[in-house]
Parts: sequence; structure tokens; C-alpha cells
Amino acid sequence: MKSRYLKQELFIGKTGQKKIEESTIVVFGMGALGSAISEMLVRAGVGKLVIADRDYVEWSNLQRQQLYTEDDAKKKLPKAVAAKQRLQSINSQTIIKEHVMDIFFQNVEELAEGASILMDATDNFETRLVINDAAMKHNIPFVFGACVGSYGMTYPVLPGKGPCFHCLVDYIPSQNVTCDTEGVISPIVQWVASMQVAQAMQILSGEDVTPTLRSFDIWKMEHAEMNVEKLKNLDCPSCGIERLHPFLTMEKHTKADILCGRDAVHIRPPVPRTLDLKYLSKQWEQQTTNMLANAHLLSFQYEPYRVILFKDGRAIIHGTADITMAKNVYTRLTG
Amino acid sequence: MKIELNGKVHELPEHVKTTAQLLAFLELQNRIVIVEINQDIVLKDKYESHQLNTGDKVELIHFVGGG
Ligand SMILES: [Zn+2]
Repeated sequence: MKSRYLKQELFIGKTGQKKIEESTIVVFGMGALGSAISEMLVRAGVGKLVIADRDYVEWSNLQRQQLYTEDDAKKKLPKAVAAKQRLQSINSQTIIKEHVMDIFFQNVEELAEGASILMDATDNFETRLVINDAAMKHNIPFVFGACVGSYGMTYPVLPGKGPCFHCLVDYIPSQNVTCDTEGVISPIVQWVASMQVAQAMQILSGEDVTPTLRSFDIWKMEHAEMNVEKLKNLDCPSCGIERLHPFLTMEKHTKADILCGRDAVHIRPPVPRTLDLKYLSKQWEQQTTNMLANAHLLSFQYEPYRVILFKDGRAIIHGTADITMAKNVYTRLTG
Repeated sequence: MKIELNGKVHELPEHVKTTAQLLAFLELQNRIVIVEINQDIVLKDKYESHQLNTGDKVELIHFVGGG
């Protein structure tokens, strides 16, 4: 069994391999980057992998989200659940803990606690700032990665060394700037994920990692990199002298996000609640069509919307990018 | 003027003379961007005043959100 890491150990050494096998890594988001990162980490032999994602598998994911199959899309399995199945079949020795949840201030620290490294595979700035605050508070390295089109970028946030993610991105860009409607090709996903995993392995095995921001356009074959040490902000509320960790504080309202390029809205109630999916499926049987249920969610057509209700009280309303409309539908359906 | 942008030579039009004008020319003025000119990062409040020169080696990374 040990010989499965032979090639890697020859490269990274016995100590490095041991460090990898003793590590706990959290992957936030299990879309394209999360799939690629997790598969590499599990094959590399990380001891424990924690994965978290709020979404379920759709057909449009299969082009680049390498862990998922047509069967997962047909069953509308939550990504975290489908990913765990696949990852566990790749390496039965890795302890894998999956969470079907939206990552936010209330659960991020619990997820991060005790982790060796946090891997960014989210699709928005706000969640990244939340994870960055948890990383800074608990002194855990956080490896940022993002991509759109044929362009990707990475940056290792190293506690106590160089700027944090908040230093670099000092405000949350408006949705129309970050809403990536131009699509993405899988080669750049693989580049970003590879860079992130390589940096994670370097951090684990004790290599010297510098605060270097890197980008690559895999279509134009254009690369840029720069050491951003200079951008460390001593007044940064996340990593500076006075740390307030602003993204770990309470919000009181129902949270609704437009899901970029998908004509859909994600809804999270202000306090966690449990939806009785069986009861709801009976209650709405007459007014809806195409009802599908699995252990994690309920999916149905509620004209003109396609609605996904998750057990933990969240919902995805397809067929609108109007937050108020989506919230109304949610309230009508769940009371 | 000719500058080197992310490793490739670019001919800039006449009116592009400052870092801010370069970002506008590249349609990156509303993005989160980090600009390095000749190995030195240009801070945001210097974009208007920092003049470009022929032969400058410019590295430019803009942030995206997808993943
Ligand atoms: Zn900071």
C-alpha cells in the first residue's frame, strides 16, 4: 500500500511525504477548482480532507468539474456528496469529511480549525474574504486561486508573511465586475489548481514560499508574476496591527446571491433551519411538476421557476436573477 | 511608445502616458489590478501621476472571481 506514493516520495523526500500524510486540508468550494485540487490532494495522500460546497451537480458542470459524472447530474447530487464518493474510491485511506453548506462567518472557523492549509476554490470575493479572516485569526496558510475564460491567478496567503487577501483586495467588487459570464475552459482550471496544490505541498514540506502573485493566460500564453510584499497593509483589519476580522461578524438578514451567468439566486436563511423535505414535497405536489427528491434536496418546477430546496434551509431559485423575486418565492414555498 | 507588457512588446497609442491611462486603455480601470513597473509595484494613489516611459517592463495582474 505504501508504494503508491513511491514516485512522489522520491521527489519530495520521506519527511515531506510524512508531512503530507499527516496534514488536514480544507477545500472551500467543490466546483471546477475544488474538484481538481481535491483529486490531486487525495492522490498525493493527504491524511484528512474536508470539503464544503453549497451547490448540486448540473449538466453544465461536467465539461470541467472532473469528479462528477452524468449519473450525479441526473440524481442532482450535492457536489460535496458526489465528490466524496469519487474521492474515497480514489484513495480509501484518506479521511474525507463532506459538508453540504454555504460557507459563511458562522461555520468557517469550525471548518478551518485544526487545518494545516485552507484551499480556496470558491467563486466569489466575499466568501474569500470570510475564509481569509478565519485564516488570519487562526494562523493558517490560505492558498487563493481563481479563473475565468482562459485566464487564471494564484496567491499564497501566509500568516505573518506578506499581505493577506484583504490587503490585496481592499473592497468587494460589485457583482457586475466579478460576475463571470464569459465562460471558462478546463485547461486554465487545471493550471490554477496545479499551482495551488504545488504551493500547498511546498508549504507542508517546509519549502520557502514567497508572497508572489501569479497569473497565466493559457490561450494567449501570457504569464505574469510579482512579489507583492510591499502591499502588506499594517492597518488591514484582517491581518494588521489591530485585527477586527470584519468578515467574521454577524449579519442579520436572509442572504441572497445571484449565481453568476446562471439566471439563478442562492438563498440562505439568517439562522440555520431544517426543512422537512418529505412534508414539503407533499404540500407542493399539486402546484409543482418534475418533483425529484434525494437524501439532501428537493427539486421541482414551480412555474416559471425551477426550485431546489436543501435540507439545511437553503434554496436555489432558477429562472430569475431578481433577488427580491427569489426571496418571495422562497418565503411562499417554505413559510 | 513601446513597452513590454507581461513579457510581450506592445505599441501604445499616443494618448497613453500614465499608469491610469494604460489601465483605461486595457479596460481594466474598474478592476482590482496590481501593476508593477520595472520591478516596482505602483501604488493605487500613484496611478494618475506615474508616467510611463519607452522600454518600461510592465507586469499587470487583474483579479477575477471564478473558480
Ligand atoms: Zn491584510
